[in-house]
Amino acid sequence: MANAHLKEFTKGIFKENPTFIIMLGLCPTLGVTTQVVNAIGMGAGVLFVLLFSNIFISLLKNVIPNSVRIPAYIVIIASFVTIVEMVMHAFAPSLYESLGIFLPLIVVNCIILGRAEAFANKNSVFDSILDAIGMSVGFTLALLLIAALREGLGAGTWTLFAIGSFDGVIKIPVLFQYPIRIMTLAAGALLIMGFLKAFFNWKTGRKRG
Amino acid sequence: MAYIGIVITYIFINNFIFTQFLGLCPFIGVSKNSESALGMGMAVTFVMGLASLITWLVYNFLLVPLSLEYLQTLSFILVIAALVQLVELVIQKNSPALYQALGIFLPLITTNCAVLGIALINITQGYNLMESFTAGIAGGLGFTLAIILMSNLREKLDLQPVRKSFKGVPIAFVSGGLMALAFMAFDKALLSNLLG
Repeated sequence: MANAHLKEFTKGIFKENPTFIIMLGLCPTLGVTTQVVNAIGMGAGVLFVLLFSNIFISLLKNVIPNSVRIPAYIVIIASFVTIVEMVMHAFAPSLYESLGIFLPLIVVNCIILGRAEAFANKNSVFDSILDAIGMSVGFTLALLLIAALREGLGAGTWTLFAIGSFDGVIKIPVLFQYPIRIMTLAAGALLIMGFLKAFFNWKTGRKRG
Repeated sequence: MAYIGIVITYIFINNFIFTQFLGLCPFIGVSKNSESALGMGMAVTFVMGLASLITWLVYNFLLVPLSLEYLQTLSFILVIAALVQLVELVIQKNSPALYQALGIFLPLITTNCAVLGIALINITQGYNLMESFTAGIAGGLGFTLAIILMSNLREKLDLQPVRKSFKGVPIAFVSGGLMALAFMAFDKALLSNLLG
């Protein structure tokens, strides 16, 4: 029994990773990964929205009529996105600025509507919570990987949160002097995504073979 | 003159796919053959133009007077979802031929980032009604251009020997990246040279 619950959690991280395996929610994935800190912020935003929308949709699954379920899901998701927007605007204004348009666009992130439709409206609240956390962690890890590669290669830095005297920027020795600028630009994002997807295809293909 | 600037900006300089990453899901998902790519592009252009008009009206005549600006995300997505449904019904009733061409793509458009994206961009850029509409149509045309180029490329790629792990989506991303590299030639300097 415990194993079954654990599976709901871990499947989002590896086997059904939303970014690399199911390939959902690609726009924010490439749009915000110019800096590591943006990836963390985006991951946190998606975690909050997905967690609460999954909980509410799972609770309301017997109340919402089948024919209007998609609009109902969208209203629930958009409400939580608005909350995230306001909270981030108030407490992390610089993050709010750098995420820009991709923050309200969490509404149309296919991962969230996809989990509502494919999971939360069929399963218990507890399983939906595990599913939401697993999926968001998988999404955040994928964003972190892409952002670390893009910012590391493209600028030679990893930007994290500033704490005390630490300004939040880690410099990578050689790459900082000779950055590959293209990686932080649009073209680099698409190239890195292509190579990463090919890498995951190769890995899963080898495991099966 | 301002309108020409908006058109060039949204088709080439700030192309929705290649520089802003809005609408990537259909760009990868529906670009396997050029016929459906054209259908998707037309449907997106149509909805983006209409959505720009209507969300502008909603924002300026409903949300601003009531000082409910914080509801913009919520109201825009509802307006877009309703609009897509309405467009689907109207097309189905009045033009079966057009419905055949665009029908299957319309439901996908509600969750297309490009549509909500242009609505939000119009507000942040402070465009007036006509400028918003122009930006919507131009953004849609930029998306159409990108998806048609991509589908033609992918049709050619299908005939080429590609390594197994690169087949399909990965090679599409890599070729998209190379295309984005070409689109970097269009920048703000081009605009100022053209329009003086």
